[in-house]
Amino acid sequence: MRSGDQSALAELYDRYSSVVYAVALRVLGDTGAAEDVLQEVFLQLWRNPGAFDAARGSLGAWLAVITRNRAIDALRRRRPETDIEDVIVSVAPDLAAQADRSRAAEKVRGVLGSMPAPQRSALEMAYFEGMSHSEIASKTGEPLGTIKTRIRSGLLTLRKAFQGG
Amino acid sequence: MTEHEQFAEDLALYALSVLEGEDRVQLEKHLANCSTCRVELEHLRGDGALLAFSTVGPRPPQRARQRLLDAVAKEAAPALSQKARKDGAPDVVRTRRSWWGVLGWAATAAVLVFTASLWKENAALRQDVSTLRSLFGQQTVELEQARNVASAITNPGGERFTLVAVKAPPQPQGKAFYLRNRSNLVFVANNMPALPPQKAYELWLIPAQGAPIPAGVFKPDAHGSATVVNPPLPAGAEAKAFAITVENETGATAPTMPILMMGTGE
Repeated sequence: MRSGDQSALAELYDRYSSVVYAVALRVLGDTGAAEDVLQEVFLQLWRNPGAFDAARGSLGAWLAVITRNRAIDALRRRRPETDIEDVIVSVAPDLAAQADRSRAAEKVRGVLGSMPAPQRSALEMAYFEGMSHSEIASKTGEPLGTIKTRIRSGLLTLRKAFQGG
Repeated sequence: MTEHEQFAEDLALYALSVLEGEDRVQLEKHLANCSTCRVELEHLRGDGALLAFSTVGPRPPQRARQRLLDAVAKEAAPALSQKARKDGAPDVVRTRRSWWGVLGWAATAAVLVFTASLWKENAALRQDVSTLRSLFGQQTVELEQARNVASAITNPGGERFTLVAVKAPPQPQGKAFYLRNRSNLVFVANNMPALPPQKAYELWLIPAQGAPIPAGVFKPDAHGSATVVNPPLPAGAEAKAFAITVENETGATAPTMPILMMGTGE
């Protein structure tokens, strides 16, 4: 059953708005712009709930990815590059509850903290600033290949940390 | 395999939406044909999402919530209930349409209280139900009996016999309704004279051949009325007539003369 139900949206908003807003704010650094992205993400979900495939992952992760992409696009004043329908995210923790999220946040920060600094910063530049590997390479003066490798192994390190439980 | 390795790093960048140019074109071509890589892409996006979770910041401003709800109120309504439910939201979200929306969360509490009192009532009802069940069993038997009575009287296949006194007033009368194939017999009598103690009337089914068959013993009430309902009868006995005699109140297996009343089928 997919009848319109504002209170269902309100429920989802109450659960996930802080993640969405936090990601948007981190990327954009501007509360007004972050709020716009927040609005846009939930409106998109409202208009097209079928875009999220519950069987494949968690809504929270999906929202985080969508938000980050939208925010990056806004940051770069690009037109949205990915249709939200194309995004499929598989991740184990749903992290809907604030407590779980705080724990996860701490854990991720811990993992990031123990990464080699160049790896961490490449990851963060790509993720929160949407910089391409060539942009990172020119900014850091590192070879392209190195940047690619860092980003990939950074992601895998995060994955391992959460797979272990 | 080599191809996958080549793409492995590009895949990570692509997952973060930062792969550009020719690399991207090539990867997208590859992804169109490679489900392994598509799956890995999903995983990488998930890993990236973990980075998103590392951000902890201020909550969005209060007004943002209302702003959103106002915006959706203006739009046509696709559905989220199922989404929220799949996501593990509490069952309260799995709702009927505008009921929840209109009432809002304050009403949710009222509904929960109402539900709780219904639950208590329900427990009492369950008790009643089990009592009723045992009564029901008994009633089923009675219902069946009533049905049999009704069908003897109303079934067009049933035969009727009217019995009138052979001699002298007052005019006792009897009617027998007999449904042969089901051995249902209903007999009603009026104006039957009172009998001495230890005596009773006995009804007899007179078959086409053979001896009269006992069809019930009865005593009239103060008004002279009596009924006999479904006495045990041999299956399918064909009734040429019915008759009444006076017997000892324990009944007899063969009629004692004289026959007081008799009637043949109408």
